[in-house]
Amino acid sequence: MSTFAEFLINGVSLGSIYALIALGFVVIFRATEVVNFAHASLLLAGGYVTAVLHDNLGFWFALLAGVAGAALVGAAVEFLVMRRHRGGDHSVLAIVTIGVDILLATELTRRIGTDILALGDPWGDGVVTFGPVTVAQTRIAALLAAALLITAFLLAFRYTSWGVAMRAAAENQETAALMGIRLGRVSLGAWAVAGALAAVAALFLTVFPTPGLERGTALAALKAFPAAILGGLDSTTGALVGGLLVGVTESLATGYQSDLAFLGRGIGDLAPYLVMVVVLLIRPAGLLGTKELARV
Amino acid sequence: MQGTEPALQVTDLTAGYGPVHALRRVSLTVPAGAVVTVLGGNGAGKSTLLRAVSRTLRFHGGAVVSGTVSCGGRPLDGLPPDRVVAAGVSQVPEGRQVFARMTVEDNLRAGALGRRADRAARAAALRRVHALFPVLADRARQPAGLLSGGEQQMLAVGRALMARPELLLLDEPSLGLAPLMAARIADAIREINGQGTAVLLVEQNAALALRLASRAYVLEVGEVTLAGPAAELAASDEVRRRYLGVVDEDAAADAARARTEHPALSRWDPAAPGPRPRDRRQETR
Repeated sequence: MSTFAEFLINGVSLGSIYALIALGFVVIFRATEVVNFAHASLLLAGGYVTAVLHDNLGFWFALLAGVAGAALVGAAVEFLVMRRHRGGDHSVLAIVTIGVDILLATELTRRIGTDILALGDPWGDGVVTFGPVTVAQTRIAALLAAALLITAFLLAFRYTSWGVAMRAAAENQETAALMGIRLGRVSLGAWAVAGALAAVAALFLTVFPTPGLERGTALAALKAFPAAILGGLDSTTGALVGGLLVGVTESLATGYQSDLAFLGRGIGDLAPYLVMVVVLLIRPAGLLGTKELARV
Repeated sequence: MQGTEPALQVTDLTAGYGPVHALRRVSLTVPAGAVVTVLGGNGAGKSTLLRAVSRTLRFHGGAVVSGTVSCGGRPLDGLPPDRVVAAGVSQVPEGRQVFARMTVEDNLRAGALGRRADRAARAAALRRVHALFPVLADRARQPAGLLSGGEQQMLAVGRALMARPELLLLDEPSLGLAPLMAARIADAIREINGQGTAVLLVEQNAALALRLASRAYVLEVGEVTLAGPAAELAASDEVRRRYLGVVDEDAAADAARARTEHPALSRWDPAAPGPRPRDRRQETR
């Protein structure tokens, strides 16, 4: 039972990190209707900046720099690439983001090489024990940080002018423009916020028990993609639900791997995609996504 | 407010979508504080005209080819849409286009985003909208998508007013509304104008538009074919025949006279003598 509780807590913690990434994904999709395939590279960029700077700046300032760096990279992608094609076909833009992803990932991979970079987090491999349940400090920190950021984000989305502009632009770009909302600024903000959230996620994807930031971290980040899709690409709540679902499934599937030996090894890595496929078979628009309404 | 400068001055405007010119050398003036209407059927270029003023043609793949648009003496040419709103021109789009998933309250907040204002000015704008359309205050927390068509139109107008415009552009506000609701919207437009806002009203419902406006233009296939004081246009035979249908007694009399003058029509009139479809059916039996 206590093992199950450990798996569950780790799953929720992992899921909240996926939710952070998925949220950025959803924000970009809602603001610009573009599926951002470069998201994992944004995350890697944020993590890399933190990893490089933590020796000189100390962890917290390095994290801040990482968050700012990823936001800047996101904004730069929007400003230099996406802006030129705004109003173009959304599927073409999605493919453009694949190109951006290849560029960013190649450069970051070249810099990281085969190293595994530590991010210098203060938690190390410490654990917290509640009775029979033992959880890594990093998992608790991840859960708290994600909960805090997600709450702050949702409140801003709901109550601030930025949130109103974002939601209006997501519903109808032309009408939002008629209201005097600057679509360029909305889209720039979305990319920056998504980058910042991804940088925080990068930290928690690379802390204990993961060895550190490596080339493969982007692959781990990709699991947020099924999270966003199964939640419904255009729903912020869906991103949270999807993230948690994927995290818990992955954690349980990995934890009980020995019992699931008939499915072969590595079922934990596969689980997020299996969940996504099952959900989409039942609800094609995702759990909380808007059904596509087209007027005939 | 603007002195003698007209609220809107459109001069020789040509605009279109790719090779198609939907507007050709259109000129019109909305004097400060006036209601001016543009009449015309589908495809006459009415919406294109408003999009050219609010600079949103690019959303439809269109562009202004030549000509100038100015508002209160300030040129709007080449500005992005947000600067047009900031210059005091707000548009209520055709088909209302409220943000259906947002609450009524948030829709009104979105309307206020286009113009820099302090808290007091925003609150005053909201009070004005609530005074015009009390239902928007009652339903503040409902999603706009749940409002009736008439209420959505009120919301769309209220949302545009939140930017405290000097000129309000209305694209077919009576479209799809029951006559009673259309009349209420008309009253609201009159009241908004009474508070000092100039209005450019694009309508297919010519009877309603000509009652509201002091001046009217008729747009046909992208060109202004008639222009003049609204009362004059309302009295002109051509406008009556084309846009007013049989809405008043004179026109009804015209229509009746036309019926007697054109015997070919009597074939479809059950009261008229001559072979009728019903008779023929009896013959074939």
